Amino acid sequence: MTGIAALRTAPLSARIGLAIVATYLFCLLFAPLVAPYGETEIVGGPWAGGFWDPAAEGPATLLGTDHLGRDVLSRLIYGARNSIMLALLTTTLSFLTGTTLGLLAAVRGGLIDQALSRLVDLVMAFPTLIFALLVLAVAGSTLPVLIGVIALLDATRVFRIARAVAMDVAAQDFVEVARLRGEGTGWIMRREILPNIVVPLATEFGLRFCFVFLFIATLSFIGLGIQPPTADWGSMVRENAAAISFGILMPLFPAGAIALLTIGINLVIDWAAAGNHGLSDER
Amino acid sequence: MHGVSAMIAQRIALGIATLFVISMLVFLAVDMLPGDPAEAILGQSATPASVAALRQELGLNKPLVVRYADWAAGMLRGDFGRSLANDRPISELVAPRLGATLSLAALAAAIALPLGVLLGILSTVHRDRALDRVASTASLLVISFPEFFTAYMLVACFSVGLGWLPAISLPNQGGFLETLTMLALPALTLSLAVIGYVLRMTRAAIMGVMGSPYVEMARLKGVGPFGVVVRHALPNALSPIINVVIINLAYLVVGVVVIEVVFVYPCLGQLLVDSVAKRDIPVVQACCMLFAGTYIGLNLLADILALLANPRLRRPRHREARA
Repeated sequence: MTGIAALRTAPLSARIGLAIVATYLFCLLFAPLVAPYGETEIVGGPWAGGFWDPAAEGPATLLGTDHLGRDVLSRLIYGARNSIMLALLTTTLSFLTGTTLGLLAAVRGGLIDQALSRLVDLVMAFPTLIFALLVLAVAGSTLPVLIGVIALLDATRVFRIARAVAMDVAAQDFVEVARLRGEGTGWIMRREILPNIVVPLATEFGLRFCFVFLFIATLSFIGLGIQPPTADWGSMVRENAAAISFGILMPLFPAGAIALLTIGINLVIDWAAAGNHGLSDER
Repeated sequence: MHGVSAMIAQRIALGIATLFVISMLVFLAVDMLPGDPAEAILGQSATPASVAALRQELGLNKPLVVRYADWAAGMLRGDFGRSLANDRPISELVAPRLGATLSLAALAAAIALPLGVLLGILSTVHRDRALDRVASTASLLVISFPEFFTAYMLVACFSVGLGWLPAISLPNQGGFLETLTMLALPALTLSLAVIGYVLRMTRAAIMGVMGSPYVEMARLKGVGPFGVVVRHALPNALSPIINVVIINLAYLVVGVVVIEVVFVYPCLGQLLVDSVAKRDIPVVQACCMLFAGTYIGLNLLADILALLANPRLRRPRHREARA
């Protein structure tokens, strides 16, 4: 797929997806420039009105204020940094682990493959959320623990995919030739197999990112993820959840921000997967 | 049928072995804390006396194997030990909540599973027409949403906007109809995501079969679109569909955790989340085992039913040929 030419033939859904992802990236990179107020700056009373309530007193806020009177729009924009960067870091970590081990299992086979695969089976037999809660209960909810446990859990899924695609490649003649030439395991993994599985893995990266992103948001929402006062969408929903009973729709904004990003990424993946017959059916 | 029963027995043995290893993991989680578990759990409030008391409470003075045996044997008898937070027997805390969790999951399943499969079948019958497109877009949207977003959207519509249903669910209040109203929103939230998944997977499973020559044959001999899907394609797609349905059932039981937090519905997930926050390890362990047990049990059931529904799966050969 060559960038711009592919973009020109992209269906509407993919363009919408790309536009959504690009907007989020823009907010992420230029948060201090885009945001009208500071991340923790108090600009008015709690749950003051936004654009739908022009008569509201206090400073002009597009989406109103939260339970402490901070500007919701600014916190959403700053939240993009924390929520997305954390998910990106975690997914990258899980991909490094999962792909390395998956390739190792596929190339070496035998005992290493057996041991790793059974270990992964075991972890996958345990519901993810419950496993994460167990670890967070024991080790306490700190950022390194959070990233570590989610990356580890997600690496099991990456391992499955990486191993499955790498197995197909490893059975081909050119890999056999490399082996006979006397190349080491590391060379075969990096130089022979990895270039051939980059495309399905990239699609998978998008899917896993969505999963990790939703997972962190869920943990933050139940109060066990990112801790205040850091702006994060999941925690923002939690902090303002009570408002909804009074008819204030503020919790819907951060929740919608989460939903919109996953939709955008899914639309892009659908298009990318249809183009290269990747592993779109795996989940 | 000898081969099949042997394979089923093997799956069950594997399930029990998995549960056994998981129980060891859950049990050992406490010992994986750096340093002394009692000190780590107590954190800043660790005085020598309270540490000694907690060590006694957790039985940390006994050897590891004895402790595990005691814990596991107690659990099999339905005795999960005592909560650290309020010193009540855990079984007493857990029992009513387990019932509430299961009834919520059951209600959601009763709505979502038939509807998901039915919509999936209709989507393939009307493939690439309006119904299919709407269903596939809507299901993609629904499964992209975090559960709490769906939940608050529904609350905004039905509780705040229309005022039909309560935004907070309290179980065991009033009669059957009241209970049903209470459970309506959480069950609906759970159902939406499950309908999305089941619909997509059902459609994918049937579409996978639709390309085969025998379906082409059926179409050529003049079977209508509905007949082709239901009579010819569906039986061969049944095994993956059963699998998806039951795996979603397992998702439902675990997915309730988040929904319970949204609707302040006091059941097992809420207890687990609270106990994680309070670091009440024995309760966390008990809840984890209950969730893991249900999850493993349902996955096992999915395996067995898929095996029974598909004669080809009974041959062990499929493992190598799955590429």
